[in-house]
Amino acid sequence: MISINSLTKRFGDHTAVDNLSFDVKPGEVLGFLGPNGAGKSTTMKMLTGFLTPDGGSASVCGFDIQRQTLQAQQKMGYLPEGAPCYGDMRVKGFLQFIADVRGLSGAERQRHVDRAVEQVELQGVLEQRIETLSKGFKRRVGLAQAILHDPQVLILDEPTDGLDPNQKHHVRRLIQQLAEGSNKMVVISTHILEEVSAVCSRAVIIGRGRLLADGTPDELEARSRYHQAVTLSLGQAVSTAPLESLPGVLAVESQRDGQLLTVLAKPGEVIFPAVGQLAREQQWQVNELSVERGRLDEVFRTLTSGEAA
Amino acid sequence: MNNLGVIFKRELGGYFATPLAYIFIVIFLVLASVFTFYLGAFYEAGQADLNAFFNFHPWLYLFLIPAVAMRLWAEERKSGTIELLMTLPVSRGAMVLGKFLAAWVFIGIALLLTFPMVLTVNYLGNPDNGAIITGYIGSWLLAGGYLAIGSCMSALTKNQVIAFIVSVVACFVFIVSGVSMVQNLFSGWAPQWVLDTIASFSFLIRFDAISKGVLDLRDLLYFFSLMAVWLFATAIVIDLKKAD
Repeated sequence: MISINSLTKRFGDHTAVDNLSFDVKPGEVLGFLGPNGAGKSTTMKMLTGFLTPDGGSASVCGFDIQRQTLQAQQKMGYLPEGAPCYGDMRVKGFLQFIADVRGLSGAERQRHVDRAVEQVELQGVLEQRIETLSKGFKRRVGLAQAILHDPQVLILDEPTDGLDPNQKHHVRRLIQQLAEGSNKMVVISTHILEEVSAVCSRAVIIGRGRLLADGTPDELEARSRYHQAVTLSLGQAVSTAPLESLPGVLAVESQRDGQLLTVLAKPGEVIFPAVGQLAREQQWQVNELSVERGRLDEVFRTLTSGEAA
Repeated sequence: MNNLGVIFKRELGGYFATPLAYIFIVIFLVLASVFTFYLGAFYEAGQADLNAFFNFHPWLYLFLIPAVAMRLWAEERKSGTIELLMTLPVSRGAMVLGKFLAAWVFIGIALLLTFPMVLTVNYLGNPDNGAIITGYIGSWLLAGGYLAIGSCMSALTKNQVIAFIVSVVACFVFIVSGVSMVQNLFSGWAPQWVLDTIASFSFLIRFDAISKGVLDLRDLLYFFSLMAVWLFATAIVIDLKKAD
């Protein structure tokens, strides 16, 4: 269990994190979202004991991060933003150092290092100096360091930032594997929304250091005006008037000269059957007909730009 | 103080993972010899002791020790690894002391490699080897004092060059506080106890006694409390300036 209570951090006049509270329960993968400068990294730095909060408190597995810092840190694995590592060390030596710090020794130490190396696929570069590695490999070394002691709580600050699509996919799969069927907690900060839909069981959106939304990705998508919208791809342009007069339809958006229509539903209405029936009655040449779940990026923009205005 | 040993081991290994250790040791040995034989006139003095060798250590260390100390914290800050280090379950004391001890032992290794000096002087005459050992202890303590000051200066900035320059100046102040030129500045108007206090802070006066073979408990206490104070200051500075 991670609990964050009224956490506040100020840098001079600027309030980076403003009275932020939320909990993470065992088994959850929490996506921590927000535009750049929203206070994601600052929150994570306070949660891991790097920064001292100006107000409020945070605890990890029952250990207060201010008063029982070392116990709380022992429960956590943390990948800081940019995955800093000791560049002049070799990968193997660095991971052994982390294992030593985590209090692992002998065969147990070897087992943990081997497992972490295998999970992030570092076998080929064990004897290389970290500073000579590519960005993707450095990130993986950072990940290996965070998961090495099989922590109860994993805090990852932008784990896929700057990786290529294959590497992103790999890291996401790894996060899913770690969280699957365990009561571990994972907190990932990101501003890539597809990542949230892909790996997170819950998402928290913050802006200017304040909590803006908290729910499952589905719940957040339901807030979108595209939730339950129906997209029609047509062979020819048609009049949108009959669609607009259907019950439950809020509006119709037209693209590509009326050949791609998005029919928006009023909140709580399901319009897919009615739209399908109308298309058959009107004998439109329908190439594609689909229901949208909602667009997370649109929810994100609405929430965070409203905040900036 | 959990993990002090782990930090110490990583730091000490770090010196030898890069050319830094070897360059430092070579330069240290060359300069130490140059000072001893040319400036110190070791042969001309015709004495079977290592005074000519030890006398230049305060000045040799003035530039070499800050060069070792400058990277202790400034580099962690610059590369961002300070965030990694401080979110690992390592106490503040273990970090500060582990880094310091590793650097101190490293300098100790460099110092031990000057052993041919001891062999030479023993070959040429019959020196007081007890005094020579005392001299080595004193030199190592002196290095520890410089290093502790440098550690604190390094914690203040992420720029290693600034850390170096400020350390040199701070160490210089601790050297010259015993020199008569500085004493004369105060002697006209300040009471005697101020003069004594200023002089008692001087590395030179303390080191002079030890290097001559007089191991006074007060001098030992001076060096150890000096290190303790500066290392404590280092821990405070790190706590205050974590995020910068």
